[in-house]
Amino acid sequence: MISLFKEKVIEFAIRSSAIVVISSLILIFIFIGKEAIPIFTNYSIRKEANLNKLFIPQKVENKYKYSWQPISEVPKYSILVLFLGTLKCTIIALLFAVPLSVFAAMFTSEFAPSIVREIIKPFIELLAGIPSVVLGFFALMVQATFLQSIFGYAYRLNAVNAGIALGFAVIPIVYTICEDAFSSVPRSFKDASMALGASRWQTAYKIVLPSALPGVFAACVLGFGRAIGETMIVLMSSGNAAIFSLNFTDGVRTLSATIAAELGEVIVGGAHYHVLFFIGAGLFVFTFITNLFGNIYISSLKRKLSGEI
Amino acid sequence: MKFVKFFLMLLILNLGLFSCGERRGLSQVTIKGSDTMVILGQRWAEDYMKKDKDVIVQITGGGTGTGIAALINNATDICQASRKIKKEEKDMAEKRNKRKVEEIKVAVDGIAIYVHKENKLEEISTDKLRNIYTGKIKNWKELGGENKEIIPYSRENNSGTYVYFKEHILDNKDFVDNCQTLPGTAAIINGVSKDKYSIGYGGIAYAKGVKIIKVKNSENEISYLPSVLNVTSGRYPISRYLYFYIYENPKPEVKKFIDYVLSQVGQNVCEEVGYYPLSK
Repeated sequence: MISLFKEKVIEFAIRSSAIVVISSLILIFIFIGKEAIPIFTNYSIRKEANLNKLFIPQKVENKYKYSWQPISEVPKYSILVLFLGTLKCTIIALLFAVPLSVFAAMFTSEFAPSIVREIIKPFIELLAGIPSVVLGFFALMVQATFLQSIFGYAYRLNAVNAGIALGFAVIPIVYTICEDAFSSVPRSFKDASMALGASRWQTAYKIVLPSALPGVFAACVLGFGRAIGETMIVLMSSGNAAIFSLNFTDGVRTLSATIAAELGEVIVGGAHYHVLFFIGAGLFVFTFITNLFGNIYISSLKRKLSGEI
Repeated sequence: MKFVKFFLMLLILNLGLFSCGERRGLSQVTIKGSDTMVILGQRWAEDYMKKDKDVIVQITGGGTGTGIAALINNATDICQASRKIKKEEKDMAEKRNKRKVEEIKVAVDGIAIYVHKENKLEEISTDKLRNIYTGKIKNWKELGGENKEIIPYSRENNSGTYVYFKEHILDNKDFVDNCQTLPGTAAIINGVSKDKYSIGYGGIAYAKGVKIIKVKNSENEISYLPSVLNVTSGRYPISRYLYFYIYENPKPEVKKFIDYVLSQVGQNVCEEVGYYPLSK
């Protein structure tokens, strides 16, 4: 009797934890969505910021251009500028982090003696424990000067600087997942390859990498999600200049840094406030969709590799 | 999520402090607001707490806007502000709390113009400054310097200094797109000290490792450095008052703290930190 009661209590506790987690997620999204909706519905806010103004170039001193100037006589909210900024930083971050972490993971799982592996793996994973504000500070103070002295570009703080700093935040994620994926490739695959006379590099490149591809891909998707949402690093190291240019050595302003920098000051209920929430909702939807498609692709890849299709 | 966690932690820490204070019979004065004034507020608080052992004065920054929001939500006793409160903000505060908001000038701040130490530029007019920050002057050549692009540094738009600069120097025009926009004056100083072709603006108290240049109102006038004499006499063109905002009839310990700030001793502290006392 008592044990039955205990069972019920535990079950209830577990069930309610799950409900709390899921419902708080849903509630957060409802809240953000609710604050973003006035852009479509409220007349006076629509006059200041509607979808046209958000996505189509605005007239600034007789020229049409994308411009983010929320504190202005005529506020301009071109979020495409910020989106481009986020994309530039993220691209640099992934270009920097993915090859490095995939090769590092390949080294520790395929080439390194086990003792080296035991040292390197926790060390790289420790990188994930560095608070992003510390990485941002490092990028602002040290890395920016270093990169400028190498590349000699005009702006100290730019997409390259922010992207590389972001890369440091992405590396541990990509590395850990890739490492697990490489290590879980069955021993028999490698043995068979070796027995056929392949070298270690050939085995790693032609056997292990392809069979661990879904894992590598998952790592990239997660790394992308981390890079796109990261705030503190880009706030400190990107220069926060809202310029619409494809040049990677110009300053950039990202979506997340804009929310962090401006939300403290906005008048609650004003157009600027709702635009910031619209950006937040947009970021959420964007990462959700990438993760969704990433997962669909990974599961189809998995089935393909295991010979189901 | 990280922010939420951080705030929760702060909250818990605060609760801890709060309960300590209560137990020892200490009363609290909380001050929140302008980042420009954090150093100043801290020095006042330290000095004041040495004299009056029954009061704990807590200072936090976050920007003038944050401070005013806290005043509106009644989450702080004193709001430090580096700009005047806006009419909407004042109305909202008075409507919500049914008490009048009182403005107290507590110090004067000169906004210094910084350039890199090796820069040869000695003086600049406010017109030229406007042209640099609105993007009409893009090259040091136009100011008699090297043929290099000017890298303008600016604050984020939640800063009182940003708003002041925009209103008084830029005539409310927009900042040029390619401004390197940084959170905090310290970050700007750091950037300018490392960037050979940069120019920046901010409170004078922070200026270490950069060169402060003289400013004049128009081309034909004499330019002045932001020294105590020049700023308090109003000759230096870019100076502003720093404010406390409180609700009228504050609790006695708040009143006593403000009296201290406005006293000779309090005003001397301004000068030690690098701001300017109110002229008599």
